[in-house]
Amino acid sequence: MRDLRAATTDPTTTPGRVAPAIEVTGLRRSYGDLLVLDGVDLTVTPGTVFALLGPNGAGKTTVVNILTTLVDAHGGTVRVAGHDVATEPDLVRRSIGVTGQFSAIDDLFTGAENLRLMADLHHLDRLEGSRRVSELLERFDLVDAADRPATTYSGGMRRRLDLAMTLVGDPQVIFLDEPTTGLDPRSRRTMWEAVTELVDDGTTVFLTTQYLEEADRLADRVAVLDRGTIVADGTVDELKRRVPGGHVRLQFPSTVQLDTAAATWRDDGRVVGRDDRSLTLQVPGDGSPDSLRALLDRIDRDRLDVEHLSVHRPDLDDVFLALTGRGTDHDAADPEGATGTGRADPDHATAPEAVR
Amino acid sequence: MTTTTFALRDTSTMLRREFRRTLRYPVGPSVTVGLPIVFLLLFVYVLGDTLGAGLAGPGAGRDDYLDYLVPGMLVLTIASATSVTPVTVAIDRTAGIMDRFRTMAIARSSVLAGHVLANVAQAMVGMAVLVGIALLLGFSPTATPVEWLVTAGLLALATFALIWFAVALGLVADSVETASNLAMPLVLLPFLGSGFVPTESLPTGLRWFAEYQPFTPIIETVRGLLLGTAIGWQGVVAVAWCLVITVASWRWARHLFHRDPT
Repeated sequence: MRDLRAATTDPTTTPGRVAPAIEVTGLRRSYGDLLVLDGVDLTVTPGTVFALLGPNGAGKTTVVNILTTLVDAHGGTVRVAGHDVATEPDLVRRSIGVTGQFSAIDDLFTGAENLRLMADLHHLDRLEGSRRVSELLERFDLVDAADRPATTYSGGMRRRLDLAMTLVGDPQVIFLDEPTTGLDPRSRRTMWEAVTELVDDGTTVFLTTQYLEEADRLADRVAVLDRGTIVADGTVDELKRRVPGGHVRLQFPSTVQLDTAAATWRDDGRVVGRDDRSLTLQVPGDGSPDSLRALLDRIDRDRLDVEHLSVHRPDLDDVFLALTGRGTDHDAADPEGATGTGRADPDHATAPEAVR
Repeated sequence: MTTTTFALRDTSTMLRREFRRTLRYPVGPSVTVGLPIVFLLLFVYVLGDTLGAGLAGPGAGRDDYLDYLVPGMLVLTIASATSVTPVTVAIDRTAGIMDRFRTMAIARSSVLAGHVLANVAQAMVGMAVLVGIALLLGFSPTATPVEWLVTAGLLALATFALIWFAVALGLVADSVETASNLAMPLVLLPFLGSGFVPTESLPTGLRWFAEYQPFTPIIETVRGLLLGTAIGWQGVVAVAWCLVITVASWRWARHLFHRDPT
């Protein structure tokens, strides 16, 4: 499954071997009887963005927690910025910045005070600290809100402040655990721009996401985590090539028509997803004129009463289906707002199969 | 800079953070300072006359009970500070900022030390205010300056011990609400000791508990120091309790702090 090509296309890589920013081999971790990570291998080249993709409960946060010294591994080796997380956690902590899934900011402090706190904990002197604080406020568009308590901040502003706090110590490697989950599209784009800027400065970024689109926009390389193992590893394009191009969503006026349509596709033995609430059926289709023509012909032939039709690019559901034969059980896996669209195999067309 | 200077610097940063948080959201100090004052006024003015007579015989009254009550109230101040600490710790833990600190190259001890020192300081201020008010109401201690100093030292030691225990409670709680409930019983302990009435007046089972629980020797020692009543072994027992609670709670809190986030 693993892609073994060296990252020779990366501009920061010299022809000689560059020590990886993150190197994980055979990582295992269980919680009680539950094996959460079962032999994870990862390599991240310095100055690149690496995205760990997976549905809820795949073990993404556990990976981040181990890489950031919060949780001990039960097996395997993990090196971050050249240091072993088990034996040299303090050296690792010196080189990393972490933005967790929930904004880790002090709500009773203003934005500026939060940054100042980080500057003090990084032992910057007063002058250097103030310079860094105003620079980051500027960069993350928080100057106007700098002296307001963080409780008054919007979700997007909190994430920006959180990321700014992570950057106070000028870390070599930054971990972002689902940086845009729950953000509106505009805040999401702002975060994406911030991440892109970081990499331009030579920082290595390790992010987790449930959104294929996010990985697509940001990541040089992607790994897909499923049930505690990496099931695919490569560039986003390589990943997408393995996914049979997206799907078409058909909406029907009533359950009766939905039933009829679902039955014809099921007879076909094709994989379809069905959502009774929105009266929609998802059928395979890459959106090319030929495939659409074939689909429309079929709708005519079978006299299906389709009210609305939309073409969708491959999303995490499609990737998962292609890689594991299962859908995700996550309702909000599509940042464009397509919710409640679980996939299922033809025998269980009424409910998406749970990953966990 | 050496490791120790770093640790001191980080601890002072954390302490400043706690002070600033306290000023921004002064619910903690209002409970720590306010609760014992309300109880003091209630007990002295509502119950004091009757309790004083019952305690020291006919002819005695409110003023006698005030003298008897103050040591218990000082310990109640510690207990009410202890009920606030788990909440502030749990807020840090659940809000994720404690995890942020744990991924930074700071002296790890400073995170909990900041909480402990800030809360000890808060309790000490609360006790000073309480003594001030008690003096205004007619509290008449017989203590020499040295006895006052020893009293302050013992109370600081007891506060330190119980705040460490409270920090551990805040770390073990899975939510802020649980943290707040866990510490509630501590506020009752001075009542189930010699804080409000002598333990001899209690029914057997309760009396046994009252005599052996840690607050009673502390209260008795403070009473002896401030009012000249007999201390006996109580002083030694009080200090021993404080040391045992400190070491056990500190180890427990440290273990919980290093525990993986769940």
